[in-house]
Amino acid sequence: MTVHDTQMQALPRVAPLARPLGMLAELTHRCPLGCPYCSNPLELDSRQGELDTATWVRVFEEAGALGVLQVHLSGGEPAARRDLLDITAAARGAGLYTNLITSGVGIDLRRLKALADAGLDHVQISIQDSVPASADKIAGYEGAFARKSALAADVKALGLPLTVNAVIHRANIDRIGDLVTMALAMGASRVEIAHVQYYGWALRNRAALMPRRDQVERAVSVVEELRRRHRGAIVIDSVVPDYHARFPKPCVGGWGQRSLNVTPTGKVLPCHAAETIPGLEFWSVRDHSLTDIWTSSPAFTAFRGTDYLPDPCKSCERREIDFGGCRCQAFALTGDARATDPVCHLSPHHAEVRALAEAEEDADYIYRRQRAGG
Amino acid sequence: MMADEPAYAPLDPDVRPRLPRGARLAHNEAQGGWVLLAPERVFKADVIAVEIIKRCDGKATLCEIVDDLAEAYSAPRERILADVTALLRGLAEKRLLEL
Repeated sequence: MTVHDTQMQALPRVAPLARPLGMLAELTHRCPLGCPYCSNPLELDSRQGELDTATWVRVFEEAGALGVLQVHLSGGEPAARRDLLDITAAARGAGLYTNLITSGVGIDLRRLKALADAGLDHVQISIQDSVPASADKIAGYEGAFARKSALAADVKALGLPLTVNAVIHRANIDRIGDLVTMALAMGASRVEIAHVQYYGWALRNRAALMPRRDQVERAVSVVEELRRRHRGAIVIDSVVPDYHARFPKPCVGGWGQRSLNVTPTGKVLPCHAAETIPGLEFWSVRDHSLTDIWTSSPAFTAFRGTDYLPDPCKSCERREIDFGGCRCQAFALTGDARATDPVCHLSPHHAEVRALAEAEEDADYIYRRQRAGG
Repeated sequence: MMADEPAYAPLDPDVRPRLPRGARLAHNEAQGGWVLLAPERVFKADVIAVEIIKRCDGKATLCEIVDDLAEAYSAPRERILADVTALLRGLAEKRLLEL
């Protein structure tokens, strides 16, 4: 009789192939904010190429049938889509747990109430810092903090559960305690302390974002202490700063094992950064069913399992824990997507990562911006 | 089956447990059964957990839930109470249940 406190592994597999539990639906790349750590690609999809409402409705139905349990409506800023209400209702109608991941800009109380009435299960708001002026500077949007705070209050007024997502980097890493206090005051039941992962725009801004080692070490113990202090009051999830780690993070829980990502134009990716790996062939929901894509598309089968891994991974006892780390990071840092993620201290390239983790400069942010006409 | 689990502090028999907004049971054929869904989490729920959670509607008291289960499964009430308490305490700590 238990509710297993585990991720997807505890679920029985009805087929030899694992089924995805979560789907990231990137409804649009349009976003009013310009966060320099954005994980979207440098080449952002234009509005003209976005999937229409009917296609998203079909994709959600296919996702439920495939086994997807949770959908994350994301972007860009999902509220930039005028059909967000129809999309949300369709996701919930397909039986999916529906999570809105928003910047907080572009949703007023009336629109939020309509979403809640349509069955929206949960709202996640990104907040850039606990100090408003700093938060607005990081977001590249004056007044962003005030609008986010207002939306958080609306979320609670409607009785919806709230997660505050705080992306952590050099400019705010010393205020993790304040960020958790802020999330508690906002009524959040969950807060993500998510250290920047270096893909897309974040990779471009790496030296401007990278925290110092002493900051990272302090941050880790601060989070442990906050968890103890607030146990039962708020769930604190953290995404570790992997450049400073000894072992790599598990690549999206295993490539093509637990999740998938649909881009604004309909391409289906094993993870949001997968397009950075050259030579992968992605299939689109315009041409194939989600089940076909999950099962058979070249991009999903490329790194499934652990057979392709080189040494030291091949004989490593952690190979089923972290799958040799992140394929996109292996490519970004070594030029070979099949290599051991160099975050691992056993990688022959690990010293280079250590050097990058020490490389910081007080450069201005390169803000995420869509090209003119996009 | 709870033999190895830690003892849980007893709950008020008049408490009316319920799932908070944002946590709900769902059935998914492809995943092979019932799951409890919550923000960024998925929990596999076995048959007994499902039977308990379904009764946590904010109306029934703990006492009534245990009576109902004891009758439905012809099981000793003490044993059911221990199982239910363990599950509810565990869920509440994860903020998946309001007590």
